[in-house]
Amino acid sequence: MIAMSANSQGGNARVSSLSQMRIVTKYAFLNYFRARRFYVMLVVVLLISALLTFVAAYYRPATFGFGTPSSQNPALTFYSAFWGSVPTLVVLLSVVFFGGDAISSEFQNKTGYFLIPNPLRRSVVYIGKWLAALGASTLILAVFALISLANGTYFFGASVPYQFVESLAFAWVYLVSALGLTFLFSSLFKTSIISILTTVMLFLIVFDIIDTVASVVAGIEPWFSITYAGGIIANVLAVPFPLHSVTQAFGRRFTLTTFNAPIPEALAIMAVYFVVSAALGLWLFERKEFTS
Amino acid sequence: MSGSSIEAVNLSKSFGSFAAVSNLSLKLEGTKCIGFLGPNGAGKTTTMKMFTGLISPTQGKALINGVDIREDKKKALGSCASLIETPEIYPALTAREALMMLSELRGVPKEERTKRIDEALGKVKMQEWADKKVGSYSKGMKQRVNVASTILSDPQVIILDEPSTGLDPRGMSEVRDIVKSLGNRLVFMSSHLLSEVTEVCQEVALIDHGKLLVYDTIENVTSRFAGDGGAAEAGFSRDVDEAALSRILRLEGVDKAEKSDPRHLSIRFTGGLQAQERLFAQLADMNIGIVSFRETSTGLEDAYLSLIKETL
Repeated sequence: MIAMSANSQGGNARVSSLSQMRIVTKYAFLNYFRARRFYVMLVVVLLISALLTFVAAYYRPATFGFGTPSSQNPALTFYSAFWGSVPTLVVLLSVVFFGGDAISSEFQNKTGYFLIPNPLRRSVVYIGKWLAALGASTLILAVFALISLANGTYFFGASVPYQFVESLAFAWVYLVSALGLTFLFSSLFKTSIISILTTVMLFLIVFDIIDTVASVVAGIEPWFSITYAGGIIANVLAVPFPLHSVTQAFGRRFTLTTFNAPIPEALAIMAVYFVVSAALGLWLFERKEFTS
Repeated sequence: MSGSSIEAVNLSKSFGSFAAVSNLSLKLEGTKCIGFLGPNGAGKTTTMKMFTGLISPTQGKALINGVDIREDKKKALGSCASLIETPEIYPALTAREALMMLSELRGVPKEERTKRIDEALGKVKMQEWADKKVGSYSKGMKQRVNVASTILSDPQVIILDEPSTGLDPRGMSEVRDIVKSLGNRLVFMSSHLLSEVTEVCQEVALIDHGKLLVYDTIENVTSRFAGDGGAAEAGFSRDVDEAALSRILRLEGVDKAEKSDPRHLSIRFTGGLQAQERLFAQLADMNIGIVSFRETSTGLEDAYLSLIKETL
């Protein structure tokens, strides 16, 4: 049901921005859902799942909880090994596939020339496309979560550890935050390949370097890094939850400090990333000009 | 549908030190088609982009039906549809879905959407492709869907930036027919095809270097700036020899005559319609085998060339 005001124009009703956002989301999602990249992403997740399932079923390794006494919660160990670090990869691939060029393509591919000269705010297009990308990414994440659940249930019964649910929720929050950042980069550039490469470089290399240099070299907690915050997705499956900082000594002179973000801090980092990048991305898109 | 208007008030747009549009003031109103002419880089597309929210003016106002596009884009474009450059449509959507998205966004009543989409696709001869993905279309087919998108919501004002771009001759003719059929609307159309503008528009606005040179009816622009020069092409049933050519050159009003091939002559003359009529009769009287006589310049073309030359 579309909300329309009584202010009629040319025989047509004026559609509210919220309704327009829903319309943009619906059709952008349809476009994502039918596009080849959605199926490529699905195949990647299915391949990862198949590999992990094969390892679990064929090798039954101890790291997957096989042979762990029931008193030590083998199901949690399984979810930690099967699910633990994969969501960050799935999130990275999803945001690159669905968000990397979501805004820049409006300029480069000229789809913006079809949509923008209509009676709607640019923010409607930005948020609508963001929601569509979130929907497509959530679907991919859900597929991996369901496969993980199916494996966990098959090998260790229907009792699902609550930590897995927490980890799934944190993975989704991480997705929201990372997608916000990706859209910022997408609205920063007018060329799809540059915005995609920037996102990939940032998540795969730059943030990792920042995390390592800050914690290992400088001994500073990388509270300014989104990938550092994303560590809670795997850490929440560890019992006990890892300490905030762990310092290991190598010989007499060399020590190595690693940091683990506590859950509230990690959620706060993700929230700040989302709010700042969404505001900046919207601001940029509102001002960007469609010049040839 | 009276009261439709497009108005530029001291509209300017600069890209760095380059002034693409400079203090353009122009008010178009009523229900008619206005051709927007100018050479490449004159500022036509930039002006139209400012009217559709694709770029922002550096200064001045772009008003549609009295509403400033920067102050209330939703209201300004609520009764205005446009086609700027050659837009792309989300490739995984079908033409029907893309048009449905626009009709929903523009508030076309739900019960009318399917009918209007079918009608619009019918007008641009795309019914058979309606349910195929846009990604499989040729450039011309996409442009047909873009043209369909402009008539979908029954807008009062239509802005068209070279709508025939990418279309084959038949497509161009169909677009001309569509524009001509939009009689009760205000249509603002840029084009490099002067014959197209002459055929479908009643008025023209001509800009160069971002500045308005003239805005008037085609008749007035032609009579003021075209002069009385003309050009024609004459076809003959046999080769035109040098003797015949020199006789033609000596005819009253003929400025220039040259062979475009052995049986065709391009002739430039002065003296308006009277000279044209006399020339045709004299060529027939010469018994040199004339079989065709076709005017090759329009008054608008001459006016255009005269005005653009003046600004160089």
